[in-house]
Amino acid sequence: MIPLEKELRDIESLEHVVVRFVGDSGDGMQLTGTQFSDTSAMFGNDVATFPNYPSEIRAPQGSLYGVSGFQVHIGSIEVSTPGDNVDLLVAMNPAGLKTNLYAVKPGHTIIVDTDSFNKKNLEKAEYDSNPLEDGSLENYQVIEVAMTSLTKEALKDIEGLDNKTITRSKNMFALGMVYWMYHRSPEHTIAFFNKKFKNKPILIEANTRVLNAGYYYSETLELIPNSYAIAPAKMAKGTYRVIMGNTATAWGFLAAAEKSGLDLFLGSYPITPASDILHELAKHKHFGVKTFQAEDEIAGITSAIGASFAGNLAITTTSGPGLALKGEALGLAMMVELPLVIVDVQRGGPSTGLPTKTEQSDLMQAMYGRNGESPVIVIAASTPANCFHYAYEAARLTLEHMTPVILLTDGYIANGSAPWKIRSVDDMPEIRNRIVREAEEGWQPYLRDEATLARQWAIPGTPGMEHRVGGLEKDGTTGNVSYVPENHEHMTHIRAEKICRVQQNIPDIVPEFAQEGDLLVVGWGGTYGALHTAAKQLHDEGIENLGFVHFNYINPLPRNTREVLGRYKKILVCELNSGQFAGILRMNFEGLELHQYNKIQGLPFGNDELIQKFKQLLA
Amino acid sequence: MEATTPKYTFKDFASDQEVRWCPGCDDYVILRAMQKALPEMGVRKENVVFISGIGCSSRFPYYMDTYGMHGIHGRAPAIASGVKLANPDLSVWVITGDGDSMAIGGNHFIHVLRRNIDLNMILFNNRIYGLTKGQFSPTSTVGQKTKSSPYGNTQPPFLAGELAIGAQARFFARAAGNTPKEMTELFIAAEAFKGTTLIEVLQNCVIFNDGCYTSFTDKNVREDKQLHVRHGEPMIFGKDRDKGLVLNGLKLEVVTVGENGITEADILVHDAHEQDPTLHQMLVRLEYPLVTGIIRSFQDVTLEERKDAQTRHVKANSPYAKTDDLFFSGETYEVK
Repeated sequence: MIPLEKELRDIESLEHVVVRFVGDSGDGMQLTGTQFSDTSAMFGNDVATFPNYPSEIRAPQGSLYGVSGFQVHIGSIEVSTPGDNVDLLVAMNPAGLKTNLYAVKPGHTIIVDTDSFNKKNLEKAEYDSNPLEDGSLENYQVIEVAMTSLTKEALKDIEGLDNKTITRSKNMFALGMVYWMYHRSPEHTIAFFNKKFKNKPILIEANTRVLNAGYYYSETLELIPNSYAIAPAKMAKGTYRVIMGNTATAWGFLAAAEKSGLDLFLGSYPITPASDILHELAKHKHFGVKTFQAEDEIAGITSAIGASFAGNLAITTTSGPGLALKGEALGLAMMVELPLVIVDVQRGGPSTGLPTKTEQSDLMQAMYGRNGESPVIVIAASTPANCFHYAYEAARLTLEHMTPVILLTDGYIANGSAPWKIRSVDDMPEIRNRIVREAEEGWQPYLRDEATLARQWAIPGTPGMEHRVGGLEKDGTTGNVSYVPENHEHMTHIRAEKICRVQQNIPDIVPEFAQEGDLLVVGWGGTYGALHTAAKQLHDEGIENLGFVHFNYINPLPRNTREVLGRYKKILVCELNSGQFAGILRMNFEGLELHQYNKIQGLPFGNDELIQKFKQLLA
Repeated sequence: MEATTPKYTFKDFASDQEVRWCPGCDDYVILRAMQKALPEMGVRKENVVFISGIGCSSRFPYYMDTYGMHGIHGRAPAIASGVKLANPDLSVWVITGDGDSMAIGGNHFIHVLRRNIDLNMILFNNRIYGLTKGQFSPTSTVGQKTKSSPYGNTQPPFLAGELAIGAQARFFARAAGNTPKEMTELFIAAEAFKGTTLIEVLQNCVIFNDGCYTSFTDKNVREDKQLHVRHGEPMIFGKDRDKGLVLNGLKLEVVTVGENGITEADILVHDAHEQDPTLHQMLVRLEYPLVTGIIRSFQDVTLEERKDAQTRHVKANSPYAKTDDLFFSGETYEVK
């Protein structure tokens, strides 16, 4: 895809590069970043992205809190996180520069739109003096480009374009520049324009022209000293696509519904950052998907319980505050022993907290956030792409064990994107549902499978199996209401044992790097990329006594958990909360000594802080 | 379906569970009226689902030999919505009370009516919290003394029908809890109606609110105090069938046939099918006479019909037959 003549130039070769695009929330930074990452992935790079946007839809223009950003990490080597520090910052205005400068590596490049560095915008960004003039950026390579003027110039002879449209397309000028710098062809993005603006040829023409203008401006600009090449990454053979975590979650359920032969029902109420799953599934009526946007979180889950009772693969999607509202109904689903998946895309809490930031602080809520003793299966996805796998797993486990499953993801992996090696439904593991069509002699609504203690699923419409379920304590076989004291204790044990037996249906954990040694780094959920990258870095530096294990199955824990933890002298549990998973490990394994590394800033782990902590414990 | 439906009797719909309401409770009457109505509806019993919330009334599903779920407080309409959307062939019934539907479950109550999902709701309105032992409910009257209002209730009540029609209910009927035949008739009519139906039963609580409806429902007064409306018939009531309703300006007025030159031809004819709910709301609000029967029955498009049409359209125009078609569509690339 690289035009031939480019290879003749002086090219600096890099293994990986982090680019961040920042501007006003109306500047189109998400689109710019997505185009750059898609193009890079199609070129064969490994990519990881992360959007960072304000919770205000349109914050005042030019303000510090209205800055919207999109970070892309591309590499010829494995890339597991969107990256910490930035090699190239594209700042469309002073506020974007001010709020993101901290992340730029000293000596690295910043591209700014000089047209936006006027008195008004500088004031809004609370700059006392113009950073382009006062020498405060002397440690960086600053490329000053009058992007707005150049965009206007490029479009001056297209008739019928209003000023606003012209100004708004300057993000494509920036993208064109970056494409040239990293040897990406603009053709993928031009194809995107042709599709997106199919009925508006004028917009295809305008955007293409600005993109090319940026590309060629960059080429002829002496201000760019050299350009960078990032070779394709070594990845497993196959067909790939770049996928966002929330999309992958939605698709995992589509695959599970098809495999299990059930219709998919989603009852949901909009909430950041989970709504994209609802948006995605709402598109897929052709697969028989039923989406029901309910009046509130409680109706989201209770409609799903109803759909499950009637024989659909039922799910509900939410984030922390919504999970709190769903607690009582989740207890009902557990009590009536129906399949149901609850997706919690975690965000910063408590209360409304930090809706657009990431955190892993709903773990205890997922485990215990219900009245009474009401255990459910809890699993967690750990990368944008494996949201597909764990959504599928959540569906498989709930259908096979007839008990609710909470699937935890988080804002970081849900909004992040990465290459996904496409899985055909034909290659996915079988899912056995427990629907029963004909009553055998002596059938009872809660007759249990001996191995799993799961009941059968007799659905309305099936003759001869009419029965009632409910939230009252019941006899464990007939389902009749029972207030017998011993029965309640017995049923409490049955419900706990049912979850324990899921252990037989989930894989063991396998540590990466040292299989035994001085330090085991433990993580769970969305921190996989950061922890893996840091552990691998030390491993690659020759440190041989460090192992890393990441948990996706939390309740129950994998069978060999205690055994694996016992192979290391020290254990460090890293999480984006004050130590909830560490607490679960301590509760399960008495006497276990754990070190903790916790971060509660609404941000993912950075590489440097992890390396430092690991080294400290290894010393 | 009728042709293949077995001939049921009320016994086919009675479960083996002992009924545990207080002796003398109207709930027994409602239960029996339902068990008698079901064999007349032409539905197979495996296709019948009762969903309830929490409260005395919500024990109802346990006593029906059909599919059923005793849910959680206030959420039955949402659970039932999920059941119906998952399988539109089912006959879905919500059993709820005044607290369950209009206090804790108010949100689901109004939204299910707005959406017009084809399911039936029976509201047992006894104007009190019975299961929690006697607190005022959203339909308790101002001044009503209860355990939580020892000096008299200070909160003005909802009128169930007014709230329901305000929330776009297409079907609203009302019955007194001591009129099993009327109830059976209303339940059958509700099942035949396509869309969300609400039947309010004025149900006496013998323990905590005994006699709250006696002034309209007592056998000795009910013919004079209740107007049982039927679509297409003049709104006439009274032991002597001589009282009727006329419209005087923007108000309903009770008149006597034969007095002041009033003839039967002057009496308003009930139009339950009218889309405009103005007159239906006036009938709901009327204190004398208390209006029972099917007050509103306006046939409209149901949510399932809208969803179904949309799904058929999307399916007919979709490039995707299997999920693989979607997964491998669009911008994919090969790694070799």
